[in-house]
Amino acid sequence: MAGATLFEKIWKSHVVASSDDALTTLYVDLHLVHEVTSPQAFDGLRLNGRRVRRPDRTLATADHNVPTDALTAPIADPISRRQLEVLNENCQEFGITLFPRGHENQGIVHVIGPELGVSQPGMVIVCGDSHTSTHGAFGALAFGIGTSEVEHVLATQTVPQSKPRTMAVTLTGSAPAGVTAKDLVLGIIGRLGTGGGAGYVMEYRGPAISQLSMEGRMTLCNMSIEAGARAGLVGVDETTIDYLRGKPGVPQGPAFDEIAEKWRRLISDDDAVFDHEVVIDASQLVPLLTWGTNPAQVAEVSGVVPEPRDDADRRSLTYMQLTPGVRFSDIPVDVVFIGSCTNSRIEDLRAAADVAAGHHVAANVRALVVPGSHRVKKQAESEGLDLIFREAGFEWREPGCSMCLGMNPDQLSPGQRSASTSNRNFEGRQGRGGLTHLVSPAVAAATALAGTFALPKDAS
Amino acid sequence: MKPVHVVEGTGVPLNRSDVDTDQIIPSDWLKRVERTGFGRGLFSEWRDDTTFVLNDPNYASASILVAGSRFGTGSSREHAVWALMDYGFTAVVAPSFGDIFKNNSSKQGLLTVEIDEVDVTSLMNIISENPNTLITIDVANATIEIAALGWSRHFELSRNTRERLLNGWDDIGLTLRHESEITTFESHHDLEALSLRGIFDAGGHVVHYDQSQGEA
Repeated sequence: MAGATLFEKIWKSHVVASSDDALTTLYVDLHLVHEVTSPQAFDGLRLNGRRVRRPDRTLATADHNVPTDALTAPIADPISRRQLEVLNENCQEFGITLFPRGHENQGIVHVIGPELGVSQPGMVIVCGDSHTSTHGAFGALAFGIGTSEVEHVLATQTVPQSKPRTMAVTLTGSAPAGVTAKDLVLGIIGRLGTGGGAGYVMEYRGPAISQLSMEGRMTLCNMSIEAGARAGLVGVDETTIDYLRGKPGVPQGPAFDEIAEKWRRLISDDDAVFDHEVVIDASQLVPLLTWGTNPAQVAEVSGVVPEPRDDADRRSLTYMQLTPGVRFSDIPVDVVFIGSCTNSRIEDLRAAADVAAGHHVAANVRALVVPGSHRVKKQAESEGLDLIFREAGFEWREPGCSMCLGMNPDQLSPGQRSASTSNRNFEGRQGRGGLTHLVSPAVAAATALAGTFALPKDAS
Repeated sequence: MKPVHVVEGTGVPLNRSDVDTDQIIPSDWLKRVERTGFGRGLFSEWRDDTTFVLNDPNYASASILVAGSRFGTGSSREHAVWALMDYGFTAVVAPSFGDIFKNNSSKQGLLTVEIDEVDVTSLMNIISENPNTLITIDVANATIEIAALGWSRHFELSRNTRERLLNGWDDIGLTLRHESEITTFESHHDLEALSLRGIFDAGGHVVHYDQSQGEA
């Protein structure tokens, strides 16, 4: 009999009940909650007189709506303010730990789970947010759910799921210098398309993955959903263990070594068989950006706007106000956003600061740096990154989802073009009429300095 | 959710692929804490364009949306489903759907009918030529048909989803019928898996973290 994939190992150990039909009742170890997709779920509990089954496996934070200017400033938008108040009220009523705006543990839900060490290998993790796939970087099965399912998990600590298929995405070779995790994942999505991962859990493997830091693996798993996948996964190795050691949520001292020994088994067996396999030579990848309105529309930063292949491409080009053949290095950018659950961790900020150090943001650009959490912010400040950014003319802001999506004051105006380290270049995603290009933190910083799309080496 | 047996109505062709949930309901609408009233926000950025198909009076009473591939990809927002239903749609027909969107739809009783691209294209052509064409979707038989033209296609519908739609079952109620199994599972699983108990104090501040700082 063939060995098991990592996905199969986690799935098997969480089956509470399976019916004769394809639905399995899967146990949830960690349920992350934020203000946007939970209010109607809590309402549902109240309507039916239900309680939260396991408040001790449920953790809430405020991220999507929080303004990223001074914490002392009140929230101007009454609807946003109300949504945050409702989260506070619900967490209080149902006994859930909450990190509200300004709390030392507050931040983007997919940044705080890992940094607090509560996202752990082998877990099933869910959240009413599609980018829950991020936590798969720890060898956990993590996926986004809708509000009805949020209510279901609150009430039962389980989620009914059809079993996904497994896909191995093997990255052979080493990524060349200057090619980051963001470029790897944009390259993968460009290859697979926005529907290429549909129905699959994608496990990233191979030398180029082993070489990635946890931050890089989180970037990779985060955007699995943009290829349509249910979840992304990376097997546990010493990088995983080293990252988790000493984190608040994990056992400390000898107890950690004991659990780490179990975690090391959370890899796909050598003879495991995947339903599908894709092999990509990482050494052939280059820094990428998106030119269109879905994340599979990618091009080389050093290249030109491509010719459209179909009507969807033509529609994207029109929306993006782009002409094929124009060099990206000739396209002016209005806003640079460094942040989001994809790229707001300490390593992302270090990469951007490295490029920015000693230079200045171009006159035509507004550049924002938004740390993913208060812990990231504090760490960055202890390393002096805030000073580097401020001196270079970047805004250094408070943590939150910020300009990734138009739910808080950080938004693009109609017609503004951004270079953004976030995950979605959908029409209007960063603000109505905004034109989004997804890039890595290093390319974002270089672009801020150059005023047009640029590689780090061009900027210095 | 209310039981859904047969859905009948006219269709509106939305000839675009990759219609993500940010387009279906822009995030500005997600600040609301209610479950109702999202219909006004449906495709709100596109509806400003007078030539947008939903603004065409010929399709004013349409209740079945016919769209391109990968409808509902992106964000997990169930608000997309609430918006479509609040606007008056009872079904979406497309060659493929975003995973979470499809799941969310099944919880609310919005039918997602997945048929081949070539069939979606012919359906779009039919309703473009005659917006009054009556389309019937039968949940029990998993068929979509235009009786007047003798046009009929079968679509995939898992037994579980079909039963839930036909009976209007509440998922949570169904799962809680197996509560003892969850309790049994927890009795051994709890020994292994993390609980947040003891990690954070009443104010949400980390207890373990302070300890490790003290030791260092």
